[in-house]
Amino acid sequence: MKTSASFESGVLTEERPGAVKPPETLWKEHKGGLVVVECPQRIPCNPCNTSCPTGAIKKFEDINDVPSIDYEKCTGCALCVSKCPGLACFVIDITLGGGLALIKMPYEMLPVPRKGDTVKCLGRTGEMVCEGHVENVAEPLGDRTKVVHVTIPVEAVNDVRAIRVV
Amino acid sequence: MRELTTDVLVVGGGPAGLSAAAEAAGAGAEVIIAESDLHLGGQLVKQSHKFFGSKDEFAGTRGFEIAKILMNEIAQNGDRVKTMLGTTINGYYGDEGVVTAMVGEEEYLRVIPQKIVVASGAQERLLPFPNNDIPGVYGAGAVQTLMNVYGVVPGKRVLMVGAGNIGLIVSYQLLQAGVEVAAILEAMPRIGGYWVHAAKVRRMGVPILLRHSIKRALGGEIVTGAEVNELDEKFDPIGAAERIECDAICLAVGLAPTNELLWQAGCAMKYVPFLCGHVPLRDKYMRTSNENVWMAGDVSGIEEASAAMIEGRIAGLSAAKALGLKVPDEKFDGYRERLRDLRAGEVGEKIRAGVEAVVVGGWEERT
Repeated sequence: MKTSASFESGVLTEERPGAVKPPETLWKEHKGGLVVVECPQRIPCNPCNTSCPTGAIKKFEDINDVPSIDYEKCTGCALCVSKCPGLACFVIDITLGGGLALIKMPYEMLPVPRKGDTVKCLGRTGEMVCEGHVENVAEPLGDRTKVVHVTIPVEAVNDVRAIRVV
Repeated sequence: MRELTTDVLVVGGGPAGLSAAAEAAGAGAEVIIAESDLHLGGQLVKQSHKFFGSKDEFAGTRGFEIAKILMNEIAQNGDRVKTMLGTTINGYYGDEGVVTAMVGEEEYLRVIPQKIVVASGAQERLLPFPNNDIPGVYGAGAVQTLMNVYGVVPGKRVLMVGAGNIGLIVSYQLLQAGVEVAAILEAMPRIGGYWVHAAKVRRMGVPILLRHSIKRALGGEIVTGAEVNELDEKFDPIGAAERIECDAICLAVGLAPTNELLWQAGCAMKYVPFLCGHVPLRDKYMRTSNENVWMAGDVSGIEEASAAMIEGRIAGLSAAKALGLKVPDEKFDGYRERLRDLRAGEVGEKIRAGVEAVVVGGWEERT
């Protein structure tokens, strides 16, 4: 069976407006991480902007705009991670050292992982990328969308976008 | 026969109807909401995902929570809003200004409303294929009702047909309920729903097969699998069918407006493919050619619940104004601007074209 991994089937295959990586130099220095948004389609939606406490996700001229980010203002707070209805916001901290990075991902499945668990880290088509270590499980808005903090090998930061609890 | 009178009868207690009722009652009208289901909220009660849109449309809030917010707003109006559950409006007799209603299976009664807002929603389309009548073949609405209203999973491994927003969202909800999704089939060369909804299920390992459709359901007494085909540009099958193991097949292949009451009310109707069926012509207040009848939500053309809620507000407010109640005109402008914003992107392109085909100028002067 031909399973397409194309953009048209919901897989990000390259950077696009609304789905760009943070600038490399700032990303390497910024403790606490920076937001990585993967929202490349114009749809009527703006909670990432309205939930951002620092204005890092810029105000939308038109509600259909794709998110545009001022990385200098991002604190890595991850409020957008829990607010985004499309589960399209992630915060990634690559300043940990020791070959590790911390990724904060939205999670709405069961079972809920616990701090200290080892979980499978999945890529954009659900493929197993690596194992990860759960550092924290938060629920910033108290609305049952968890934000799971997982340490992963730093070389996997552009690939890991989900976890599976096993 | 029991007979009820009211200023405004709202047909349907989903997002559009609740919004219409809240707005009409807020302006001072007496309202009856007739809802065929046993609870208010329509499809909202099954929506466990967070909504899109802006703060005004409760973006970032889960659908079932939005239903509660609307019901609370209605409760602010005290006795002015009466709700009749298990009640189907099944006849319109314009000469006498009467509609008939069936309450449960026992009572048949007459309602005499001054104004009617029809917010009757939509019906699911099904797909013809061999064996589509065996147990295990579901519409997406039924799967959502089973899972999210009654807490029952439809199967262990589901094949989803259709990658519009409903197919994508219900697939995600199946995963949340611990059900495996074998694949999502989509006849078009791209997903029809929001890209982020697709990305959510893709990263959980669900394949989306573009240019694929179901050939037949397999199984005698119940579904044991499905045969699927790749399609060419003319939607004709290519090559041999492949077998997918599954114990349920979920059809999410579109909706059609539930428009019978509007036909009965003599509203001028038009077939508009972009709005997914026959829909009434309307003025910018969502009023039909029948000056006592308004529409809102999916019955006016298939769209998102966010838009349905705004249409409901416009219709409810306009019905209140037609009753002679005092209504601030700038409220209409605000609602219209929000609708315009919601429809401004490329996903709103078909809706914009569809609405343009049915909006009639010059009816606004009616009171």
